[in-house]
Amino acid sequence: MTLQTMLLVAAALFSVGLYGAISQQVVVMVMMGLELMLNGVILAAAAFWWFLSPTPDGQVLLLVVITAMTVEMAMGFAVATLLHRSRQSDMTDMATDLSR
Amino acid sequence: MTVTEVSVGWVPVAAALLLVVAAAAASLDGALAARSAGQPLGGGLLTPVAETARLFGQRRRTTAAADLPLQRIGGAGLLTAALLMVAVVPFGRWTVADLTVGIVWFNAMDVLVWAAVWLAGWGPNSAHALVGGYRFLAQALSYELPLMFALTAPAVAADSLRLGDVVAAQSGLWFVVWMPVAFAVFCVAVAGFSVWGPLGAPIGATTAGGVLVEAAGVDRWLISAGRYALLTAGAAFGATAFLGGGHGPLLPAWLWLLVKTAGLLTVLVALRRRLPVVAPERFAAPAWLVALPLVLLQLLVVSVVVVVQA
Amino acid sequence: MLTGIVFWVLAVIAVATGVAVFRVDSMARATYALAASFIAVGLVLLLVDLEFLGVITVLMMTMEMAVMGIYMIMFMGMNPALMPMDMVHGKRPALAVATGTFVVLAAGALLIPWPTRRGAPAADLVTSLGEAVMESKMLVMMTVSPVLFATIVAALVLALPKGRYDRLGDDLRAGKARR
Repeated sequence: MTLQTMLLVAAALFSVGLYGAISQQVVVMVMMGLELMLNGVILAAAAFWWFLSPTPDGQVLLLVVITAMTVEMAMGFAVATLLHRSRQSDMTDMATDLSR
Repeated sequence: MTVTEVSVGWVPVAAALLLVVAAAAASLDGALAARSAGQPLGGGLLTPVAETARLFGQRRRTTAAADLPLQRIGGAGLLTAALLMVAVVPFGRWTVADLTVGIVWFNAMDVLVWAAVWLAGWGPNSAHALVGGYRFLAQALSYELPLMFALTAPAVAADSLRLGDVVAAQSGLWFVVWMPVAFAVFCVAVAGFSVWGPLGAPIGATTAGGVLVEAAGVDRWLISAGRYALLTAGAAFGATAFLGGGHGPLLPAWLWLLVKTAGLLTVLVALRRRLPVVAPERFAAPAWLVALPLVLLQLLVVSVVVVVQA
Repeated sequence: MLTGIVFWVLAVIAVATGVAVFRVDSMARATYALAASFIAVGLVLLLVDLEFLGVITVLMMTMEMAVMGIYMIMFMGMNPALMPMDMVHGKRPALAVATGTFVVLAAGALLIPWPTRRGAPAADLVTSLGEAVMESKMLVMMTVSPVLFATIVAALVLALPKGRYDRLGDDLRAGKARR
């Protein structure tokens, strides 16, 4: 277990999550992709923390990432619920008019 | 009194101890059931043995289009979570895993039960089982947040998340004396994650057995044994975090823990038949509007006491 | 040595279940595959002595995925038993972007001459984190808490179809008119 291997695994998780976030049509599945990307970020942050600078600051950063994840989930669920109620749909393609 | 970590070889012993105490709880429940049915108490005492023999001889039930892997994971999850929970509880001078974050570990393991019960409900592809799974999540959302704050109280008072330190901090006064609200909330939550008594709606009669409806044979045994094991692990943790752990006169520390665990467990088992089952949606309002503010107040009191003393 | 083996096992589980999230055709399996991926990463954090954050990751993500499962089933709007779950758009560009990202990140991880470790971890990491949160990095936490509170309020406002009038009736002072 070295810094490089941990970062490789983190990169793999991030890329798989990115693929999901781009390609999935359903809002909840897009959120799963985002979560997986943040999973990679957590792993990478832990690797940097342990192998480069094991100070408490790095731990605080990880705490912030986990918080960001909760916020993302809560807002994602709220928006998905709202979309579903108003349009009976949860596909991102059917909500493109929101960007206009 | 310091807590030492025992070698891995003791893990099966710890697991066996948990199962024995859980079986004793099941015996007590069987005896109480026999009494309420007007039969002699003694016959009911053998209920766990008879049930185990019956279920191990029974065939597993398979349903159409079942999600077998998830069903199996869910069924085994309850017992696994209970075993992992009890791993951080100091048994007198010994503990299986002396984690620096023992309290958070216990909390994480009780969250695993969320996944386990829902998966056990989802797996069989049966409407009643799925309703049971949903009911569990609904009531879990109600009991979990008060439970988290209730667990914070002993941690704040002991100035540590390690259970050994929590026990050591209770050498003078048990935590239950000055954090009774946290203890009460904790006991309700134990009933919650064990799907027990008033919070037993997910396996209740209104859904023809809920999560258990399609479980037969070994699957049913795993879930039922898992519930008793969770109840036991919860009682052991409660005895450690609130009832002084191994502290007590004359008897050795491990025996005190056993006695306290047995006492709390007896109360939990006995209350099962005294209280009605609460519907999960009716449980939400009291949990969020009464228990949560109360336990936050309790936490404030504990924090103020700790600051003033320091 | 043992740490290395455990790390690789967990790493393979994390990535394999991560891939499984977008490969399996069952909503429950996809959700709990993601939960498994998070649990594996949480256990890796335990390997580098981040006990608190590792256990917190397991706790939070199991909870989130249990709730996520409900939303998946509620919103997918189809019967997964009857049709395979393959609702994707732009599969090939997405694959290209993801592969490109991985190559860039992996090259960075392998080619950058990383500095050597500076400083040593504190003896009691949980305490050091608690002190950081409550002392030098208190501003971070002071920012995080209103953000979380605003999230709760905003999410409820967005998601709730009913206002208080639906629950208590038109005349709030009359108490519970109807439920």
